[in-house]
Amino acid sequence: MTSSVRTVEAAPDQSTESQYNFAYLDEQTKRMIRRAILKGIAIPGYQVPFASREMPMPYGWGTGGVQVTAAILGQEDTLKVIDQGSDDTTNAVSIRSFFEKTAGVKTTTATADASIIQTRHRIPEASLREDQIIVFQVPIPEPLRFLEPRETETRTMHALKEYGLMHVKLYEDIARNGRIATTYAYPVEVNDRYVMDPSPTPKFDNPKIDEMAALQLYGAGREKRIYAIPPFTKVKSLDFDDHPFEVQKFERPCGLCGAANVYLDEVILDDKGGRMFVCSDTDYCEERREAGHLGDMAADPAAVSLTTSTAGQDAS
Amino acid sequence: MTKRLSLKSVGKSFQMHLQGGLTLPVVTNVELEVFSGECVVLGGPSGAGKSSILKMIYGNYRCDEGQILIATGENGETVLDIAKAEPRRMLSLRSNTIGYVSQFLRVIPRVSAEDVVAEPLIAQGADEKTAVNKARDLLTRLNVPNRLWTLPPATFSGGEQQRVNIARGFITNYPMLLLDEPTASLDAANRAVVVELVEEKKASGVAMLGILHDLDVRERIADRIVDVTNFKQAA
Amino acid sequence: MSDMMNDEPLLRVSEITKLYGNRIGCQNVDFELWPGEVLAVVGESGSGKSTLLNCLSTRLEPTSGMIEYRMRDGVFRNLYKLTEAERRLLMRTDWGFVHQNPADGLRLAVSAGANVGERLMAVGQRHYGQIRDTATDWLERVEIAADRIDDNPRAFSGGMRQRLQIARNLVTHPRLIFMDEPTGGLDVSVQARLLDMLRRLVADLGLAVIIVTHDLAVARLLSHRIVVMRHGNVIETGLTDQVLDDPREPYTQLLVSSILQV
Repeated sequence: MTSSVRTVEAAPDQSTESQYNFAYLDEQTKRMIRRAILKGIAIPGYQVPFASREMPMPYGWGTGGVQVTAAILGQEDTLKVIDQGSDDTTNAVSIRSFFEKTAGVKTTTATADASIIQTRHRIPEASLREDQIIVFQVPIPEPLRFLEPRETETRTMHALKEYGLMHVKLYEDIARNGRIATTYAYPVEVNDRYVMDPSPTPKFDNPKIDEMAALQLYGAGREKRIYAIPPFTKVKSLDFDDHPFEVQKFERPCGLCGAANVYLDEVILDDKGGRMFVCSDTDYCEERREAGHLGDMAADPAAVSLTTSTAGQDAS
Repeated sequence: MTKRLSLKSVGKSFQMHLQGGLTLPVVTNVELEVFSGECVVLGGPSGAGKSSILKMIYGNYRCDEGQILIATGENGETVLDIAKAEPRRMLSLRSNTIGYVSQFLRVIPRVSAEDVVAEPLIAQGADEKTAVNKARDLLTRLNVPNRLWTLPPATFSGGEQQRVNIARGFITNYPMLLLDEPTASLDAANRAVVVELVEEKKASGVAMLGILHDLDVRERIADRIVDVTNFKQAA
Repeated sequence: MSDMMNDEPLLRVSEITKLYGNRIGCQNVDFELWPGEVLAVVGESGSGKSTLLNCLSTRLEPTSGMIEYRMRDGVFRNLYKLTEAERRLLMRTDWGFVHQNPADGLRLAVSAGANVGERLMAVGQRHYGQIRDTATDWLERVEIAADRIDDNPRAFSGGMRQRLQIARNLVTHPRLIFMDEPTGGLDVSVQARLLDMLRRLVADLGLAVIIVTHDLAVARLLSHRIVVMRHGNVIETGLTDQVLDDPREPYTQLLVSSILQV
């Protein structure tokens, strides 16, 4: 109970193997997806169409990410799945158990131990390494769709590198809010060529995808698109000369582990207005607490109940 | 004196397709010359084709036969045939060589009287201030009340509109002016102003060809009168 | 206008024909357009004037014929031999297109300022303050109050929308503007204001314009030259007042005589 970091050992000879192909998808489908991934890596930021399959989960629950993960997963891999930074929310738990069941691979919540990290809406705070791959679940891959609903037109715009419209969106933001108010799915230009939606991660994470050591793969199941950013690729967040890109700043560090310069979630503690801000990356937060870092609210009974109740959920 | 305009064997007829293709002859074999510094007046009864001749020279009407030669350029050294001029050429002649003072103002919505008057001079390259000042001078001379200058002429009385248009016609520095009954329905005072304006133009070497029904004015400004009935087709 | 004689044409149109199956859209259309010249294409519905406009503006490939445009570098290019990228760049920089229905030419989801600024951002302007200043300036030039810059065009009247569409097109200082019945669907008083504004802008900016209209009064007020179309053919062409004052063809005479005199 003290630590929720746990690694489930691989179980290659589980009985489920006979009923499912390794990692659920059939080999032909995986090859098709791998070809799309390879093309995506070859053309950083370009949205490659692929024949997305029906998965045993609803659209919006990460069907794109799951297919990408299934296609790249090997028996020696260790998988981590996060949803909004947390290993323990429903979406993360169900995808993790999906692969435990259908592939029998090792799973982990420790970022450093994972070879593949599937994520919805966050990038771990710890720097990723060259031997890791991060898979993003993407709802709407087309960043231009906000202003140009015609797919034929947006494809032409990508082909001709006509990205003025992306700035129209940012202009509109400033005009209405006095600053670029887009805080997530903040558009980026990859390798000086394609403009890309980095999935609904907070723009706080945008600097992490620039020159990232790990390979980034993005899968959109409903929209049937895969795109990728190879390791160490230049990724620039779009902005104006007089309104440069900047990330959110938090006024105080994490209440539990005292980490500064991390992305925080607000947690409501009671119905009397009590609240605290804690790391959205739960694994990072736990690691820090284990290493002895304590935030100013770590001793608060409400905070204690928060950490224990989270751990309690794991056991179920 | 240089020859500014000459019409050679000019003929014009209208074919009225809406009246079963009826052909209406207007004029034929028009021979006419206008020199710089003179005012030639076309004579003859209504329907004799005076207006049509002016309109052919200005390019509003096509010229079916003959030549309409106009001397243009700095010193009138280039002679062009209006009868064969392509539209661009005609437009350029209108912007630098031939002015038209007609009776009727084609009102342009929302443009003030002084701007209506100043416009042709600005088109000739004058700066806006000079042009507007000159426009105000002319409007003053033609007794258009000061309070009307900044209003669009659409709501002016007939006489006021006409005077605005006369000012518009006389403001320019064209070497050739066509006068299409500029004094019709003007009172004596304003008629006298028009006579003055014509005299000033003559003095500066402008060639003028006009239609003037007003015998008194015609007497005073016409150097020659050409009777258009001579150009009627022998029926 | 005075230096017009020395220029080369901006657009050369040779023998343009567009067939829809064996029906004629437009046939053997030939003309040249010079810088600063306003050409009105008139005719009734179905006369082929919109087909011609679409062919000229590279929105509809003609069945045969050639359209050449003098690019900003002075070189004539066959419009249908341009690459897609060149064509699109031309359309959003050196050209404009004013649609009859402003909704077709505007982005109704974004503010007036963003509508005007879009072309600037498309050609790489990345300074918000400057884009906004330019947009403000253009809004004022089309008589839209500067404090409406952040309003959505959905909140604008028809006439304002049309003026916004015009500003959006002019912001890159194009040399050629296509207009498809720009005053159609507007109240008479709104039309008059728009026409006057167009007339001034065209003269001030030295724009070449090809305007399609069925309204001869619009043609009279704005254009230097007229092309009369009927059944897909150009039946009469010439100086605007010459065609309107001395129409030669039976159809043109009918058209001119059908105008209500006010």
